[in-house]
Amino acid sequence: MEKVVDPKIYFRTAIVLLVLLAATWMIAYIDLGPFNLIAALAIAITKAIVIALFFMHIQGSSRLLHLAAVAGVMWLLILISLTLSDYFTRSWVQ
Amino acid sequence: MPILTWPVSEESALVHEQFDDIGQQREAAKLGMWIFLATEVLFFGGLFLSYTVYRFAYGHVFVEASRKLDVVIGGANTAVLLISSLLMAFAVRASKLDQRRMLTGLLLGTALLGCVFMSLKGVEYHKDYVDHLVPRMGFKWEGADPGSAELFYWIYFAMTGLHAIHVTVGIGILLVLALLAWRKTFSNGNHNTVEIAGLYWHFVDIVWCFLFPLLYLVGHR
Repeated sequence: MEKVVDPKIYFRTAIVLLVLLAATWMIAYIDLGPFNLIAALAIAITKAIVIALFFMHIQGSSRLLHLAAVAGVMWLLILISLTLSDYFTRSWVQ
Repeated sequence: MPILTWPVSEESALVHEQFDDIGQQREAAKLGMWIFLATEVLFFGGLFLSYTVYRFAYGHVFVEASRKLDVVIGGANTAVLLISSLLMAFAVRASKLDQRRMLTGLLLGTALLGCVFMSLKGVEYHKDYVDHLVPRMGFKWEGADPGSAELFYWIYFAMTGLHAIHVTVGIGILLVLALLAWRKTFSNGNHNTVEIAGLYWHFVDIVWCFLFPLLYLVGHR
């Protein structure tokens, strides 16, 4: 039989995720200008990391799995940053 | 003369011939799933990219358009998926502990919450239709720049639609797994499949964690 995680960790993870959901929902009703977007993204990224670490057991798994998990995000960042660098530097074309 | 028998443990009976041991087999399965999830990240990534580009181009219209979406249904659905992820995590745990009844129940519970999510989504889509927010199907926009507003709803339906397809596939997988679990397929250490399905379900949850703020909470409400 394989080693398993203490159930408390799962409950705590779920509570943290629900608190973060409440936070992102409430922040949306406060006008922070551009910081609304930054706060929303920061909370979403935090939630994703919490889910990956504790529900998907990235914590405690091998380096190889860490690499595979990070690889997808890296390619997404390349996709977005290279495309935006094009869009943001061509304003004179219009 | 005694018959020579090979000492076969329950675990080594599970190992396919290309693997050295059960640990390597489990690691390979998880690695394969994470690589599949990386391709899924990029699958959704194309839509997130177009969202990003048009949001910067038509930010004000996107804020107006986002306010017409039902934030209560969207938020409730986020909570439903988070709790379903909790059940899934416990299902994977039960499969490792070889608790068959618990595993079957938790898989069915996770699938049920998936169905709740899809039902709420259906109610919401119907509401969007009644409010004339569906592009090409009686779309009406009172404010400025109806073209850009329609674009926001195209992106909204594409992203939530692709996500809904993933949830539907997930529900199907969970129901099949529940049946197999009941038939003792995952007994005696054969829990790899449940763990892999769990990774998929948690990934679908992560995608929604981004969709909810980006679509429903654009700017401030």
